[in-house]
Amino acid sequence: MVRLWIRAELSYPASFAMLVVGSMMINALDFASIAIMFSSIDSLGGFGLREIALLYGVTGVGIGVADTAIGSVERIGEFVRTGRLDQMLTKPVPLLVQVCADRFTLRRLGRITQATVVLVWALPVVDWTPTRLLVAVLMVLSSTALFFGLFVLFSCVQFWTHDASEFANAFTYGGNTLTQYPLTVFPRELAIALTFVLPIAFVNWYPCLYLLGRDDPFGLPEWLQFCSPVAAAAVVTVALLVWRTGVRRYTSTGS
Amino acid sequence: MSLIEVDALERTFVVRRRSGSVRRTRSVVRAVQDLTFSIDAGEMVGYIGPNGAGKSTTIKMLTGILVPTSGELRVAGLEPSRQRTELARRIGVVFGQRTTLWWDLPLRDSFALLQKIYRVPDQRFHENLDRFVELLDLGDQLDTPVRQLSLGQRMRGDITAALLHDPEILYLDEPTIGLDVVSKGRLREFLRALNAERGTTLLLTTHDLQDIEALCDRVIVIDHGTSVYDGSLAGLHAQGGSTRTLVVDLVDEAPPIDVPGAAVRRVEGPRQWLAFPADASAAPIVAAVASAYDVADLSIQEPAIEDVIRDLYSHGA
Repeated sequence: MVRLWIRAELSYPASFAMLVVGSMMINALDFASIAIMFSSIDSLGGFGLREIALLYGVTGVGIGVADTAIGSVERIGEFVRTGRLDQMLTKPVPLLVQVCADRFTLRRLGRITQATVVLVWALPVVDWTPTRLLVAVLMVLSSTALFFGLFVLFSCVQFWTHDASEFANAFTYGGNTLTQYPLTVFPRELAIALTFVLPIAFVNWYPCLYLLGRDDPFGLPEWLQFCSPVAAAAVVTVALLVWRTGVRRYTSTGS
Repeated sequence: MSLIEVDALERTFVVRRRSGSVRRTRSVVRAVQDLTFSIDAGEMVGYIGPNGAGKSTTIKMLTGILVPTSGELRVAGLEPSRQRTELARRIGVVFGQRTTLWWDLPLRDSFALLQKIYRVPDQRFHENLDRFVELLDLGDQLDTPVRQLSLGQRMRGDITAALLHDPEILYLDEPTIGLDVVSKGRLREFLRALNAERGTTLLLTTHDLQDIEALCDRVIVIDHGTSVYDGSLAGLHAQGGSTRTLVVDLVDEAPPIDVPGAAVRRVEGPRQWLAFPADASAAPIVAAVASAYDVADLSIQEPAIEDVIRDLYSHGA
C-alpha cells in the first residue's frame, strides 16, 4: 500500500525532486539562521554551536520520521467530514495503520536529510563511550516515538471538534522548534513543564546532557537523562488510549 | 442461529444547539430505539424508511462503525464494534453516495490495494475480478482514475471492490441512487445473480421501491428508529392499502374514466389519474381504458416509499 503511494508520487519525478530539494533548502536556511547568530555570540544558553546542532539534529530527525509515518493523522478531521473514516472502519486493518498509509508521502525526505546532515556534523562534539552510543541510539528512537505520539494525541482532538489541525501543529511543530534550543534559554518553569507535563524535553535535552557530560542546569536529578524511552512509551500509550476512545466515541456523519 | 441478530438495539446522539451567543442546549436524539430483527444466511432484505428514520445508523452499527448505546447485536457470531476488523473480512459495504475507491488511482490499482488489505489469495482475487469485471462490464474502465468515472461506473467499481474478498454479507446503502434506468436494471440483475450463485446475504437500504420489488423477498420498514413492518412487499402493500397510479393522456378532454378496479383521483384537461391497488395487475385496467377511450399515452406511477409508510400508519391506526 505504501509502495503504491510512493509510486504515484514518483510518477512525477521532476516535481518530486523539486519538492525534496526545495524543502532541504528551506530547512538548510533554518539551521543557517542559528549558525549566523553564532557569528556574533559564542554560546547560547551556555551551549556552543555544535552542541546546539546535536539538539537540532535529533529533534529534526525525530519529527521528520514521525511526520513521514503518521503525518496523515492530521487530516483525521477531513476523513471524518468526507466519510472516508467510515470506509476505513470497514476494512480489516487497524485504523491507525490505514491512516498512516493513506497518501503516504516522502515530502519530509528533505527535512530528514537536512537534520541528519546537521546531526552527523555535530557528532564529534560528543566524547563517545559505548554507553553514550546506546543512549544516543535510544534518543533518536525515542524522539521519533515521542513525536509520533504527539501527532496522534493532538489529532484526536479532531474527533470532537472536526477541524483543529492547527491545534495539533502547535504542539508538534511547536515542540520541534522549542527543542532546537537548549532549554537553558527558557525560564525554569517552562523546562519543568516540558519535563513533567508535556515531556518534550525528553526528545533531546536530557539524553544530550548525558552525551555532553553536563550537569543538569536546572538541578534536576541525573536519572532523568536516561528516561527518554520511558517518556516515549508513556506518551505513545496515552496517545493510543485517547485514540481508541476517540474511535469508540466517533459519531460518524449523516449518510 | 441467524446470521444477523439485532435485539432491542438503541443508539442515541447528543446534539448541541446554540441557543444564545455562548449558551448551548444539549438534547438527546434517539436515532435507533428498541429495534429487533434477525436475518438468515442467503436472504435478500430491503431496509426502507423515510429520511432520518435510522437506516444508515443501523447499517453503521451492523458494520461496527458506530458503537450501539444499548442492546444486543451479533453479525456472523461477532460483536461488530468490538470485533470490527475481524468482521470486516466477512462483510462487504457499499455506501452509494461515497466511494471506497481511491480518487486518484486507476480502478485496477484500487482493486490491487484492496487485495492487499484483505489478503485475498492471488488466484481467488483474479477469478473474482475477472468475473465481476465481465458481469458488470468494467473492462474498459480498469485503467481510468476513479475521479474520471461516471457515477454508474463508479458504483459498479465500488460494488466490485466490496466483493473481492468473498464476503458472506453485503450491505448496500442506496446503491441505485442517481443511476439511470439501464444502470439500475443491470445492477439489480447482478445482485440477483450474486445471491443465487454464492448465497451472499444482502441487506439494502433504498428509496426506490422497484429495487425492493426486483430483489427482495422481505422488507423491513423503519420509522423513527424502530421497525414498523417486517414481511413481504406484497404484505406491505396489502396492509397499507397503498395504490399505484395509472396516468392516462386522452386525445380529447372527457368526463372521468369509468373502468372496473380503478378510481379517478384527478382530472386535468385531457390527463386523468386513476388509482388502483398496488398488488393488482395493471394489465386489465389498461386494456379496459384502451378499448373504451381514445388514448394518446399511458404511464404507471409506483407508490413512493413515503406514501406506503404513511398509508401503513393511517390504516394501522
